[in-house]
Amino acid sequence: MDGRFFSILLIAALLSPVQAALAQEERPSSPQVIEPEVERRDINRARIDTENFELGGYAGIMSVEDFGTNAVYGARLAYHITEGFFIEATYGMTTTDKTSFERLSGGAELLSDSERDLTYYNAVLGYNLFPGEVFLGGSRAMDSSLYVVAGAGSTDFGGDDEFTMVFGFGYRVLPTDSLAFHLNVRDHIFESDLLGQDDTYHNIEAILGLTFFF
Amino acid sequence: MRLLPLLAALLCLFCGDAFAAREAFEVVVNDPYIELHTGPGRGYPIFHVTERGERIEVLKRRTDWFKVRTPEGKEGWVKRKQMELTLLPTGEGVEFDDPVMNDVLAHRFEFGVQGGDLDGANLISAYLGYALTPNFTAELRGSRGLGDYSNTWLASANLTHTFFPKWRVSPFFSLGAGVVHTEPKSTLVQTEDRTDQTVQAAAGVRAYLTRRFVFRAEYRNYMVLTSRDDNEEVDEWTAGFSVFF
Repeated sequence: MDGRFFSILLIAALLSPVQAALAQEERPSSPQVIEPEVERRDINRARIDTENFELGGYAGIMSVEDFGTNAVYGARLAYHITEGFFIEATYGMTTTDKTSFERLSGGAELLSDSERDLTYYNAVLGYNLFPGEVFLGGSRAMDSSLYVVAGAGSTDFGGDDEFTMVFGFGYRVLPTDSLAFHLNVRDHIFESDLLGQDDTYHNIEAILGLTFFF
Repeated sequence: MRLLPLLAALLCLFCGDAFAAREAFEVVVNDPYIELHTGPGRGYPIFHVTERGERIEVLKRRTDWFKVRTPEGKEGWVKRKQMELTLLPTGEGVEFDDPVMNDVLAHRFEFGVQGGDLDGANLISAYLGYALTPNFTAELRGSRGLGDYSNTWLASANLTHTFFPKWRVSPFFSLGAGVVHTEPKSTLVQTEDRTDQTVQAAAGVRAYLTRRFVFRAEYRNYMVLTSRDDNEEVDEWTAGFSVFF
């Protein structure tokens, strides 16, 4: 029974003595002659204001395949890991229209009103592909970056939650060190059998956002 | 005008950190010179240099870049590597309290997101870890499985043992318990939602990409303790990224 569960345990148990042996090798063979008495003084991190988080909101338009294009709103939290990479979590919502079939046929409604609301959340990994500066007039420069993102999440639409892949690019301009404007284009891709058969839906979103670093 | 203190208080909610850090933090340049860049990242040009012996004020930090102000009032970004070569006004070397690969306990919190496969369904998950010892990490994990026939929520508590925490690439294994909530899809014949308990074991590999950025891939085997006659075994494969705080 439950072979794999126990084989993982077994492998773990077998690895433990190996680790102990390796740990022993790491120890210095001779005792240290001089005990260093220098106290290492670390700078209290709290004294330097670290600004790696970015929080903000956005608004724009989102086209939901077959269901029209409508306003989309959302919130975003990002964490900058290195000068190149960041991770970002997003929650957004939009509403959808009737499909052209529903309009032309006159009667048949595919979805109820609440099923027409679309909400999504996702997590993406971003990379600052082209960092740079934007010049305003002759005396003002603002940091900027063109970045790409890829990730996954969930879309709640038509009474179901669908696994969603997200790809896109964005442009960030920082008028001050703590304030950023974003222009983003993202494709939310999911598969659904909403219209009778499994289909891949591409839902393109273009947004304008404002975020604060903290 | 009564609004002003209220506004200030509201602002402080957002930037309490910034106000607390207003106390100037100064270092002395100890290299022949230090370079100020126009932005915090690769490629930004150097527009100013400050010589040895000058005092510079450290204003803020973003990833591995520090914003500084020179005595002449020039503000620019300095790389971490150069900041490490400055001295405190007392003459001591500067050390930044940072997560370092082989100092596992310097930053105990770990957060990660992962994607993968749960028995044929797509899976997204997030976890928060707290290092109890260099080897042992307690983890809380939440996952969402999105499949063709049903969706699931998974929540669990796990204890993870990293075999060689000081190595750049290290295997680990994990044991835990939790609950799984299954919702059959609405387009199918209506069946009831159900919640079951699980126990799970996992094995995987973690690899440091940079000093605070980790790639992590793992296999997890759930035993779902159902109310039916047989327990169910479910396989999960995931990969993702984690950061340290």
